[in-house]
Amino acid sequence: MPDRLDVRKTYKLYIGGAFPRSESGRTVTIDAADGTFLANAARASRKDVRDAVVAARKAFGGWSTRTAYNRGQILYRVAELLEGRRDQFTAEVRHSGLGAQAAGREVDAAVDRWVWYAGWTDKIAQVEGASNPVAGPYFNFSVPEPTGVVAIVAPATPSLLGLVSVLAPVLATGSTAVVVASEPHPLPAVTLTEVLATSDVPGGVVNLLTGHVDELAPVLAAHADVDAMDLTGIDGDATELEQAAAGNVKRVLRPPAGPVDWEADPGVERLRAFVETKTVWHPVGV
Amino acid sequence: MTTLHPAIETLPEPGGGEAALRGFLHGLPGVDQVGAEARAAGLATRSIKRESKLWALELAVRMTDLTTLEGADTPGKVRALCAKARRPDPSDPDVPPVAAVCVYPDLVPIAVAALAGSGVHVASVATAFPSGRASLAVKLADVADAVAAGASEIDMVIDRGAFLSGRYGQVGEEIAAVKAACRDARLKVILETGELATLDNVRRASWLAMTHGADFIKTSTGKVSPASTLPVILVMLEAVRDFHDATARAVGVKAAGGIRVAKDAIRYLVVVHETAGAAWLDPDRFRFGASSLLNDLLMQRRKQLTGVYAGPDHFTLD
Amino acid sequence: MPEPTWTYAPAPESRDVVTLRSAYGLFVDGAFTDPTDGGSFKTVNPATEEVLAEVAQAGPADVDRAVAAARRAHTEVWGPMPGRERAKYLYRIARILAERAREFAVLETLDNGKPIRESRDVDVPMASAHFFHYAGWADKLEHAGFGAEPRPLGVAGQVIPWNFPLLMAAWKLAPALATGNTCVLKPAETTPLSALLLAEVLQQADLPPGVVNIIPGAGDTGATLVAHPDLDKVAFTGSTEVGKAIQRQLAGTRVRLTLELGGKAANVVFADAPIDQAVEGIVNGIFFNQGHVCCAGSRLLVQESVVDAVLDTLKRRLGTLRLGDPLDKNTDIGAINSAEQLARITALVEAGEGEGAQRWSVACELPEHGYWFPPTLFTDVSQSHRIAREEIFGPVLSVLTFRTPDEAIAKANNTPYGLSAGVWTEKGSRILWMAQRLRAGVVWANTFNRFDPASPFGGYQESGFGREGGRHGLAPYLRSPDLRSPDA
Repeated sequence: MPDRLDVRKTYKLYIGGAFPRSESGRTVTIDAADGTFLANAARASRKDVRDAVVAARKAFGGWSTRTAYNRGQILYRVAELLEGRRDQFTAEVRHSGLGAQAAGREVDAAVDRWVWYAGWTDKIAQVEGASNPVAGPYFNFSVPEPTGVVAIVAPATPSLLGLVSVLAPVLATGSTAVVVASEPHPLPAVTLTEVLATSDVPGGVVNLLTGHVDELAPVLAAHADVDAMDLTGIDGDATELEQAAAGNVKRVLRPPAGPVDWEADPGVERLRAFVETKTVWHPVGV
Repeated sequence: MTTLHPAIETLPEPGGGEAALRGFLHGLPGVDQVGAEARAAGLATRSIKRESKLWALELAVRMTDLTTLEGADTPGKVRALCAKARRPDPSDPDVPPVAAVCVYPDLVPIAVAALAGSGVHVASVATAFPSGRASLAVKLADVADAVAAGASEIDMVIDRGAFLSGRYGQVGEEIAAVKAACRDARLKVILETGELATLDNVRRASWLAMTHGADFIKTSTGKVSPASTLPVILVMLEAVRDFHDATARAVGVKAAGGIRVAKDAIRYLVVVHETAGAAWLDPDRFRFGASSLLNDLLMQRRKQLTGVYAGPDHFTLD
Repeated sequence: MPEPTWTYAPAPESRDVVTLRSAYGLFVDGAFTDPTDGGSFKTVNPATEEVLAEVAQAGPADVDRAVAAARRAHTEVWGPMPGRERAKYLYRIARILAERAREFAVLETLDNGKPIRESRDVDVPMASAHFFHYAGWADKLEHAGFGAEPRPLGVAGQVIPWNFPLLMAAWKLAPALATGNTCVLKPAETTPLSALLLAEVLQQADLPPGVVNIIPGAGDTGATLVAHPDLDKVAFTGSTEVGKAIQRQLAGTRVRLTLELGGKAANVVFADAPIDQAVEGIVNGIFFNQGHVCCAGSRLLVQESVVDAVLDTLKRRLGTLRLGDPLDKNTDIGAINSAEQLARITALVEAGEGEGAQRWSVACELPEHGYWFPPTLFTDVSQSHRIAREEIFGPVLSVLTFRTPDEAIAKANNTPYGLSAGVWTEKGSRILWMAQRLRAGVVWANTFNRFDPASPFGGYQESGFGREGGRHGLAPYLRSPDLRSPDA
């Protein structure tokens, strides 16, 4: 027997800046790769999805209209806090079956990935926007604007780097997110929400659901107040989800065609996936 | 003598027709929202110190229209407020009384009796406050009732619906009619800037009210959000300044709603001083419509005098 | 009841946040050192003429040492370092600058004479923001539109002016470092202190030695630096006269050059302008930083139908400006940076009076000590007057009039400069029409003197070439593949 019994954490959902249990009262058992019991995480229901989408929609107005520079500072602050919890994340990432070194590397990569996207907030418009030389007395320019509420199915692994890689670009361009965490390894995701809650990211900008992807993803895909969906974490055929997404013409990022090198330079694809290009015409004359 | 901007060289006459009035109001120079907000924010960083701060805090007390406009108001509540108005800080007779007590018309007699001999004005909202949705006859009766009961200041609301749909003549005629019904009472015209939506509209409504007899132009009823803001007050003060240049008549400004702490009140006074000038630092030309502000002014005043931060329990809640 | 008074009693910012050393060395290879063959000079507070510190001046051997340190750091450390890691250093610098913001603001005001309100609200936060912005570019250069493999130039020699000492250092260093270059920076002789305090920040950030070297000195130090044979890049901000000399000097070399020089910006006010904001913009355009701004709106062009109303409103507004102790939080107009600059302003103003323009100055009391000039405007100015053509670099506004948009364009463009311009009108299409025709690197519409790390800044014509800020600000520090010489 140890001299002191450790105090365990209850792994809850993150919706609208608060940490509720699932309204359904259900949990899922989370085990480490070696079968050791870790936690009873919340098993979100369709009503939790509904609440999460409402929270994300409510937060969109404020988040999307902050200056890009301000969003960058807030996201960079998140990276600072992630770094401060390096040991905790490393321990949780190890449960997905990694050795200490590999887990540490994944956490480092996740922090660097967050920094990379924090820097994009006030740059994406200079790379993706344009002034368009139309043939006439008009000034014409195009700017990327955030799509809105983005539902994200995070990849099962890598449990932290995968999540950061799909979440950060959505936040950087000004959308808000409802995330379905890695089903087998959701604990780093829950800890990430604790980081977000103590950063300056407003409540509702990120909402995290844990539980069964099969149960949650179809509800999100069909939800008429979700503007876009990232299916990166769907393992296998996503046809039905894509069909459901067509109900309100969601922008869909399909599951990757093959294995993803999560440590490689991610490029701007994920930033481009969830923005709308707006073009403005204005006459030029006295 | 300041050269007038061409837009305000000729002012519209009340009753001079809808077209002339519209031409005038839409000919006023525009207000650039970003620039006006930047100017207001810049002024908000000014700090005043020591004796000036004490003077400013007491000035703000003297400028306060202590207000209660609730459906639950009673004679008892109004009497308590009047006692506070006469002597805001019972422990310190040096604190001056406030400018006025502002109540609904049916409670005017109570306030008149309670404030007799104090020099504190009795102001009453009228004209179907706060929405203004009543016929002109009803509005005028409302005003006459309050004036007959002894109100020396009338706070009217403009018809925002008419204003926003461009029926400026109708709004102007109502103001002029209410002004006539006020007799000797001072007329404050509430623009309800939170519903006017743009600073261009705030400027137009200010000129519309001033050219039709307003003695004061007032931001808000306090029932609509946003109530008074610094950029709105800035634009209104620019309007009274320019109107004074054009006519030599001084119109007052009342900031109502949303001003709860002394720090904010002093920011307003900075904007008053820098925009309309020192002559407007006078209860006859600037007012705060507020209730909870008063106690914070008293607390900060005591802090100035004693050097120690005061606590809310040492000031009366009324 | 006290007498009715409304005065802004002195509200001075405390000097305690700054610890001034009596002497400052050169910052070379990561450490403060004494000069080998340079000397030293005194830097004074222009508001009081108090000597603030004795500052080392770099001689030719010191310049050599600094360039050698930068070369070594570039070859061994900074050049090969992944952009991701460079980014983290720049983020650190941005954060430390923000953490020590008040200290920098007070020091900048002491050394430069600018109002604390400006150093606190503009110079220092913008400097931090500039590092923050370029930190984010350091790991994204392949996505910035300069080819697949953009590479740094090498060692940059950078010479900056005294009007925004810290901010100009940030404008020079941040993009250079983000792109993988190393730097030798020479601050202006009258304002070296904030750059030297920045050196302390670089130390706190653990920036590798030699990546940034800071060598104070006067014009000859700058001349030695830009002529150094081991530079790959020279970036200069300052007068057009010196800029031309540098361009001549670098002729025939492979050294890349960018210049940000003088200006004589037109601020064009149409009759339909939002008048109260236009007046604020005119004030901000020429009296911000005592007019020590290369992009200052020093030529006011007002449409004739409103000129009297605009001028009267402007004069009334100028009457509310507060000139005095720059450390006072309520001060609008601080001190002129140096006796030399004050003499130049005075001479040009006298020339304006001599040529027949009508002078009007704010009637304000000038402090007994220090260098001061009251906010001044000239009417009855014609295009041929010196005050309409030469950069005064002081709080002096020349007012001209126009009748039509074409005339406004003709007068606005009738200058060898071309840094900035302003347009005030409620009509959007006219703004764009004017912007299309104004020969200026920055056109402000219904605002003036706005700066942002994401926004490119730089001039046309004799106001220089190259842009600082945003994606465009990377270009002057990158060797794109198609222009790479065979041996590079």
